[in-house]
Amino acid sequence: MTATFVGMPAFPGAARTALADTQLRQNLAHATGTIRTKRARVVGEVEEWEELRLAGAAIKDNTLHHLDEHLLRLEESLTELGATVHWARDAEEACRIVAEVARGHGVDEVVKVKSMATQEIGLNEHLAEEGILAWETDLAELIVQLGDDLPSHILVPAIHRNRAEIREIFRREMGKVGRPAPEDLTDVPAELAGAARLHLREKFLRAKVGVSGANFAVADTGTLVVVESEGNGRMCLTLPEVLVSVVGVEKVVPTWGDLDVFLQLLPRSSTGERMNPYTSTWAGISPGDGPQEVHVVLLDNGRTKALADTVGRQALRCIRCSACLNVCPVYERTGGHAYGSVYPGPIGAILNPLLKGVGHDDQVDSLPYASSLCGACFEVCPVRIDIPEVLVHLRSQVVDTHRGHKPPKPEAVAMRTAAWTLGDARRLGLAERASGLVGRLTRRGRALPGGRRALGRLPWPGSLWSDARDLPQPPTESFRAWWKRTSGGRG
Amino acid sequence: MNAREEILGRIREAVADRAGAEPVHVPRGYRTLPAPDGVVDLFVDRVEDYRAVVTRCTAAEVPARIREALGTAGRVLAAPGLRYDVDGAVVDDGQTALELDRLDAVVTEASVGIASTGTIVLEHGTGQGRRALSLVPDLHVCVVRADQIVPGVPEAVAALDPQRPQTWISGPSATSDIELDRVEGVHGPRNLHVIVAGD
Ligand code: SF4
Repeated sequence: MTATFVGMPAFPGAARTALADTQLRQNLAHATGTIRTKRARVVGEVEEWEELRLAGAAIKDNTLHHLDEHLLRLEESLTELGATVHWARDAEEACRIVAEVARGHGVDEVVKVKSMATQEIGLNEHLAEEGILAWETDLAELIVQLGDDLPSHILVPAIHRNRAEIREIFRREMGKVGRPAPEDLTDVPAELAGAARLHLREKFLRAKVGVSGANFAVADTGTLVVVESEGNGRMCLTLPEVLVSVVGVEKVVPTWGDLDVFLQLLPRSSTGERMNPYTSTWAGISPGDGPQEVHVVLLDNGRTKALADTVGRQALRCIRCSACLNVCPVYERTGGHAYGSVYPGPIGAILNPLLKGVGHDDQVDSLPYASSLCGACFEVCPVRIDIPEVLVHLRSQVVDTHRGHKPPKPEAVAMRTAAWTLGDARRLGLAERASGLVGRLTRRGRALPGGRRALGRLPWPGSLWSDARDLPQPPTESFRAWWKRTSGGRG
Repeated sequence: MNAREEILGRIREAVADRAGAEPVHVPRGYRTLPAPDGVVDLFVDRVEDYRAVVTRCTAAEVPARIREALGTAGRVLAAPGLRYDVDGAVVDDGQTALELDRLDAVVTEASVGIASTGTIVLEHGTGQGRRALSLVPDLHVCVVRADQIVPGVPEAVAALDPQRPQTWISGPSATSDIELDRVEGVHGPRNLHVIVAGD
């Protein structure tokens, strides 16, 4: 079963581990660089790109401002077309609904198409507890699931695995859960994909219940949309007798016509293609074609909390394209696991605190700081989410919740101490000698990713600063001592 | 309170600040852009970019082109209502997914072709067949008439029926999940052959 992110260390600690993993950093740099280039090329082709971005943002905003009406309309359309609509306040409730549907059909397995919402609610783990196996069918998700691993990127979840590792995972694990990998499997990507095709086909062809998410849900027409590449989505949406789709309440768009914006914005921003290989749409039940029992679970799980934040609510426009991940200098170096959530990168740094609220969990509270505020994410975001603005807003919320009833934030103490030290020449001299001493006596700092030496940890109050960041090792002589000794460089 | 009422209540509370506010303006100029010249040529180029095979021919030549596209495929299914003859084709008699898996190829028509993205869209009505037919067999031969090809996504969305199940197909199934190497053919048909009929 796919592991969960529960109990992950806060971003700084997890980032340090990730930075030390050179394989991961190479894969990430290659992947994010490749997708960035592809995206830039196909976005450059579309003259009206800026207008599409404005339209996308405006449609989403208008929908969010009247979300109750659009959801009721969606419910009505879906019900008319034979679908059953469920509402779920939180992850627990959503998982229970899916499990009940599966149990109602007496199955002990379901096939799944990759969906962020079902990962967010930990559906696979929940179903496993009830004795129902959920097969991930997206190639990357299959690699992650067979490797008992965590996804690290929204779009390419196995970005941290190379082909040799994937071959090993397939050879070791496939046989345990179904059709084994061929004996002579090599690490050529086409062969690996072929092995996945055979392994999963057996599961698709016998599946009774399919589980999906949806990229969009059209209120007016009851149409759900899944955008994908491999065809596993088509399999899961078409072949089973029963289909359950878990859809975040923010996925609703008012009319079918609005999709003409999003079906242009999403593929170009996401995989850097003019169009993704497959997009499937369905509206309730089509007699004689596809699942004849269709369920839609409308999921809150913190979305209404995010909606109540007037600055943060723009994060609910997100169409999960992952463009912001690929341009983020922090993400490129740390990868997705360091964010400790199914939503990594810049969007994760705002969405997790918005969905969960700040002030309860150090891991979540550390996320708004996982950014250099360079603004590249806003530039590429197809729905113009001003991520830096929301980050700054959330940082102030984090600071506020830690003020008063709790000891002050480390940064605040460190900064206050710095002001006290820097404000007086004698104290500065003492501090410099102390840190110079550290520089001379302890040449055992860790190497920074660039090869520079770093001090591991400073003594208090410096530790409040160095626990979260690496400090370049100080020189053995301070500038002020050097100036004095050499009479300003002349001696 | 049940979940539905509670969620709706939370939403109303969350957006109370917007009560009576003007909606945000949605610019729609992208819908009225002039169509580029040579829409059919553009379509052919863009489909080829996905490494699908594209052939152009007159309406009369379609059956011969279908035969060529099928090559050595032995067991072929023609979608119900297909307007072109396919020799020896089996018909859709409600085969299960397992039975469809024993076929080599399927021939269908499409509803719309999108030039700017090289996409064909099936609405799974007459001549197109239920969704499983064009999904399980490994070769999909799809005939699009030149007069079905539209310039861009907005025209396609406007032409399609949102209450029919749809499949938008842009090249053969593909993945880039292994070190970002694009590999054609994971679960959908590994071979896509598009025939553009008429001019
Ligand atoms: S925040 Fe914007 S760029 Fe990032 S995943 Fe969401 S839509 Fe894409």
